[in-house]
Amino acid sequence: MQGGMERTTGEKMVLNFGPQHPATHGTLRIVLELDGESVVKATPHCGYLHTGFEKLGEHLDYNQYIVVTDRMNYLSPLSNNFGYVLAVEQLLGIEVPERCQYIRVLMAELSRLADHLLWLGTAALDLGAFSVFLYSFREREKLYSIFEKTTGARLTTSYTRVGGVFRDLYDGFENDARDFITNFPKALKETHTLLTRNRIWMDRTKGVGAISSDDAINYGLTGPCLRATGVAHDLRKAEPYSSYEKFDFDVPVGTNGDSYDRYLVRMEEMIQSCRIIRQALDNLPDGPFSLEDNKVMMPDKSDAYGHIEGLIHHFKIVMDGHGVQPPKGEDYCATESPNGELGFYIVSDGSGTGYRIRIRPPSFFHFQALPHMLEGGMVSDTVAVLGSLNVIAGELDR
Amino acid sequence: MNEEKEVTEEEQPLVLQKLQDKFGDALLASTEIRQGVAVVVNKENSYALLEYLKTDLAYSYLVDVTAVDNSKLESELMQYDYARFMVVYHLYTYEGETSRIRVKVPVHEKDLKIPSVIELWKGANWLERETYDMFGIEFEGHPDLRRILMPDDFEGHPLRKDYPLRGRGERESFNFEKQNV
Repeated sequence: MQGGMERTTGEKMVLNFGPQHPATHGTLRIVLELDGESVVKATPHCGYLHTGFEKLGEHLDYNQYIVVTDRMNYLSPLSNNFGYVLAVEQLLGIEVPERCQYIRVLMAELSRLADHLLWLGTAALDLGAFSVFLYSFREREKLYSIFEKTTGARLTTSYTRVGGVFRDLYDGFENDARDFITNFPKALKETHTLLTRNRIWMDRTKGVGAISSDDAINYGLTGPCLRATGVAHDLRKAEPYSSYEKFDFDVPVGTNGDSYDRYLVRMEEMIQSCRIIRQALDNLPDGPFSLEDNKVMMPDKSDAYGHIEGLIHHFKIVMDGHGVQPPKGEDYCATESPNGELGFYIVSDGSGTGYRIRIRPPSFFHFQALPHMLEGGMVSDTVAVLGSLNVIAGELDR
Repeated sequence: MNEEKEVTEEEQPLVLQKLQDKFGDALLASTEIRQGVAVVVNKENSYALLEYLKTDLAYSYLVDVTAVDNSKLESELMQYDYARFMVVYHLYTYEGETSRIRVKVPVHEKDLKIPSVIELWKGANWLERETYDMFGIEFEGHPDLRRILMPDDFEGHPLRKDYPLRGRGERESFNFEKQNV
């Protein structure tokens, strides 16, 4: 242990961080080359959670594939469901009814809140702020009970269908959601008082893992990580989909692109999500919650049981080669998921299963840029930077 | 191709005109897509075209690099001289109306090499590694072309159409113990 007190020794030590490390929140691995306590080189490895989602897309039909999208970013499955069906719908050239668009916006924003809350809790936990973890999980729990009541599941939601959602919002939804968005900003204020001006939190995150906006674009960063560098780019504004153009909300940006700014951007995004949810609840249109076209959507259960026509439609949707069949062609469709641009590039050969389904996950790019943010920093900052990026192994490895 | 239509000379976007003026015959096809254009370019000019898009036309953000194995898509095969693979780039610009560009490059199975764009976008590093891992496309000039999602000793390229869904070799080489009944 010669020269252990000095900052640099000239000797290199290799530290293996992960795949089973509590701060990686999944199966990530970083090989750190250290000189004393500073990081000389960081090499991220991935693939530990590779499940062949893209290959499965070539064997499952369009509606079956929705359950696979649940498992990509398992912190906000509703956003993935949404992004995927939107891509298929654009390939089909159909547009869902307005009520359905609003329901999807509601669900996407609620899951953005849930995702950011989990990020907040665990990122703070990694830096030793345990109480924030409890506060954010208390709020997240309320969201998960809303998801559970709406979709029947907490994690594997599979809520959307090509052409709509599988059922309408439950009766007390508006009350529950309004209750949440009224109380949530107060709860978030508690977190602000715990962290935002906290000396330790600021010392651990300010100037740590900074990236310039040019580099961020060059690396393909999106979402809060890009906006923290000062680029006001949000797909909900840039390419509005599913009625987002009707909502009034701001896109928060940072200035330094460091961990602290990523924290502030996500905190403000939660408030903006609440604004969107409030507007969606105020203006929630009546009407069908799904496309009333039995060539695309399953008919109502009573129809399937009670009428021969309904039964035929039901049968045709389920049978391979009779259900949802987009015409030959290809499309890339991107949505603003909590982590950034979640894109689906689908090539269709005209049959009921996709010919090629490519998923463009935001975490893949964030994890790739990690060495840029780590090298030259301290080894203890690794956890702070990794925490601030919110890399989700499920969508990273697919 | 529901959202794509054939482009007529008068109304095509400026970007497409610029590309046609500069690359002429190297552009094998071009169509308009939602929020942008899609072009097919031959392999010899792919790097020059992507460089031109990035440096002169401000397509600074590389959204995605991937490939499609067209071996079971007869229409595409016929159109591009039986090139088995199609490498697909998605680009985005923060300026201008034509925000998205899709660039496709046909790659023949007997010559799987294609120039790497890592010099232009650092983000291309892992994307090209993944495309190599899944399809076996070799990106020339890539400093670190290793597998990324599959293990290092894995054989084959799983997203090729001739690779079975349930894997190859894993089940056959699995030792089952006989039950004594």
